[in-house]
Amino acid sequence: MNTHVSLILKLIAVIAIACVPLSGESFYVELVAKMLLMAIFAMSLDLLVGFTGLVSFGHAAYFGIAAYSVALFSANFGQMSLWVLLPAAILLSALAALVIGFFAIRTKGIYFIMVTLAFAQMAYFVFHDTPVGGGSDGMFLDARPSTAIGSWVPFDLDNELHMFYFALAMMLLVYAFLQRVLQSPFGRVLMGIKSNEHRMQSLGYYTFGYKLAAFSLAGGLGGVAGFLYAVLFGYVTPELLSWHESGNVLLMVILGGMGSLVGAVMGAFVFEAMREFFADITKYWQLLMGSVIVALVLFMPGGLTAIPGRIKRALQGGAAK
Amino acid sequence: MDFASFLIQTLNSLQYGLLLFLVASGLTLVFGIMGIINLAHGSFYMIGAYIAFVLTSATGSLMLAIALGIPLALAIGAFLEWALFSHLYKRDHLEQVLLTFGLILIFEQLRSILIGDDVHGVAIPAFLDMSIQLTEVMSYPVYRLAISAVCIVLAIALYYVIQRTRLGMMIRAGNDDRTMVEALGININMMYRVVFALGVALAALAGMLAAPISSVYPNMGSSVLIISFVVVVIGGIGSVWGALVAALIVGFADTFGKVLLPEISGMIVYLVMAVVLLWRPEGILKKA
Amino acid sequence: MNATTRAPEVLLEARKLTRRFGGLVANQDIDVTLERGMIHVLLGPNGAGKSTCINMLSGDLPPSEGEIRYLGQDITRLTAAQRSQVGIGRSYQRTNIFPQFTVLENVRLAAQSRRQQPWRIFSKAMEAKWALEKAHACIEEAGLGKRTDWVSGVLSHGEQRQLEIAMVLATDAQVLLLDEPLAGMGSEESANMVQVLKRLRQTRGILLVEHDMDAVFAVADRITVMVNGQLLECGPPAQIKASVAVQQAYLGTEDSLHV
Repeated sequence: MNTHVSLILKLIAVIAIACVPLSGESFYVELVAKMLLMAIFAMSLDLLVGFTGLVSFGHAAYFGIAAYSVALFSANFGQMSLWVLLPAAILLSALAALVIGFFAIRTKGIYFIMVTLAFAQMAYFVFHDTPVGGGSDGMFLDARPSTAIGSWVPFDLDNELHMFYFALAMMLLVYAFLQRVLQSPFGRVLMGIKSNEHRMQSLGYYTFGYKLAAFSLAGGLGGVAGFLYAVLFGYVTPELLSWHESGNVLLMVILGGMGSLVGAVMGAFVFEAMREFFADITKYWQLLMGSVIVALVLFMPGGLTAIPGRIKRALQGGAAK
Repeated sequence: MDFASFLIQTLNSLQYGLLLFLVASGLTLVFGIMGIINLAHGSFYMIGAYIAFVLTSATGSLMLAIALGIPLALAIGAFLEWALFSHLYKRDHLEQVLLTFGLILIFEQLRSILIGDDVHGVAIPAFLDMSIQLTEVMSYPVYRLAISAVCIVLAIALYYVIQRTRLGMMIRAGNDDRTMVEALGININMMYRVVFALGVALAALAGMLAAPISSVYPNMGSSVLIISFVVVVIGGIGSVWGALVAALIVGFADTFGKVLLPEISGMIVYLVMAVVLLWRPEGILKKA
Repeated sequence: MNATTRAPEVLLEARKLTRRFGGLVANQDIDVTLERGMIHVLLGPNGAGKSTCINMLSGDLPPSEGEIRYLGQDITRLTAAQRSQVGIGRSYQRTNIFPQFTVLENVRLAAQSRRQQPWRIFSKAMEAKWALEKAHACIEEAGLGKRTDWVSGVLSHGEQRQLEIAMVLATDAQVLLLDEPLAGMGSEESANMVQVLKRLRQTRGILLVEHDMDAVFAVADRITVMVNGQLLECGPPAQIKASVAVQQAYLGTEDSLHV
């Protein structure tokens, strides 16, 4: 696609999203805010799956760890400053990813998928089976973080609209950040690893370190999403770390087509919309969702972003006859 | 811990480990031979348990339920291989993960629609419903011993099949080289179907055997699946004997962990996995 | 032509390299010495253990026994990445590139490996002038200047081999380990590559595994002949040509020499 056209389309999309609160319906504002934070989550996983070639099936762990750190910090220290709490949550989830990655990155392929899943499950058990975070019931957030800098309060996270635009701003920030990272020498190395890791090693790259850095970075960015979730909904449960969530976010990435940040965002929006839509029309929404996933894999390799190409090819094929 | 409780825990570890082996052996065979990662494998365990529940309620006998359930599970396995998994062989792991993830949602929802979300018990067959007195105050249920015995018999049978039969030869060959197997004129598609159905039946049987002890409940497959992953990682993908050793290690680590280190019991098997990953990332039975 | 007349600088020295796979001995007590300004060819029939040998030198395969020194330093235990960093570069028998990337990006990545600054995640890779200039220079040196912006996966086989050379060059390698760089090339491509190799020899040391006998004798300064994992004979081309032992060893395997 032409870069100007693509930029204009992106701008239109952002403006459209920014206009959602004009509907005046809290339901939609909250839903789209959730889509925005899920988009961050999906982009963070795409850094691993789509750009580094690491299929992590335990990404919900870092989302959940950040969400729980919001709840736990607030429970222990009362209302905290956003400017302390957000970095702390990111740091903790990045740290967790660093430790888990240290073990998981020794493995490849199917092993890596299983090991990341197993470690995420371990994190799930920590919150589910121990009293640390309120057990299986989870915890409520006593107070949303304050945004005050000195006596100046730039915005208020208790305000639905402010929260919405904060989520939008964070999504754009993460998008810009990842865009930049992918253009950096570091990002190029990750893509090289995805393409041919063995060759990268024989060119003198210590790929373990790069992969671990990417894993940790993705964990930290997943933490941004988890932080927003906890602040938006005001409660956390162990299910945030469950492997269903890890599967869901992987699905968003695939849905959008791996290796495309815009795709990951689209995947997150479509997935959440489907979840709402199916849950709306039937209580058996999982059955529909499962069937859609199975059909997607069987009939549509490449995800959403591959659709224009497929249509184009189909048309050209028709014209050639 | 005195000797009697040590003995009880040992028997429990064995029983749990052997049951895990039934689930994990199917998983590792399907991984090793077909190169497929199957997240829905835990659902087969769940399906087995629910088959046991439904058929035991209908016939009044767990033995009869198992006798009917095994062919049923084989048929389900063969059907799924034909309808879905046979399309996945040349796809990458990611697509396999997704499709089988979708299957879990479908299976769980169907379970919910057909049977509901309640927890159900399954009666132990009368002739096994007793216990052996170990000391004056401690006894051990015969049914658990029977499970271990069945699993041991199955492990021996599996060993025989893999080492001594034509199917086993195909399995061992297929493990290494698909083209070679095809060059030998072996129908690889049929072999895949048989192996997959076998894997499903083993997992389902594990579910049927476990149903009276654990009762049947929603999402019972997922915890078993993840522990089976740990078993396969520790044992080495594709290695049935690795799976046996690893299942026993996990069985002992988990059972004794709950007694000796109850605070972190949920994490112990994962810590064992972490140690194995540092020591031997390819699993304990893979040649270094 | 003969670089051994002056006191030569020994770049790479392997002593008694042995590699066993289970019971099979793929390499036994192989000695290899590579000096700057020299093309040293590893010759031998298929299955003689040439690739095993080059894999041990590059760090892709740990030797069972033996010692490897680079500029006098023991590098036997270094990984492939570490050996690349000290100055040993290699190409592979089966083309090993980043097929989705352009020729420029393939070589730029190779150049970038010499100055890794992974923490600078906000700088743009394409704005690092030194890496780009290096990449362009190496592409020219390998004779691929016309293909700079092509996606490497669509290049001809011969061009992909040239690309591999360019990538090794971009890593500033002093030792080039080239596994059959002429395999599958047409005669013109092959002749071009021989010119490239001769040019590269002036400042580096090249160890070559090659089947193409004409090319071997056209470029070799020294030849080591391997048979069945053993070192048969080592010496200048004239000596190898005249060697009775080599002729006897090759008599029955004439065909495989010309593959």
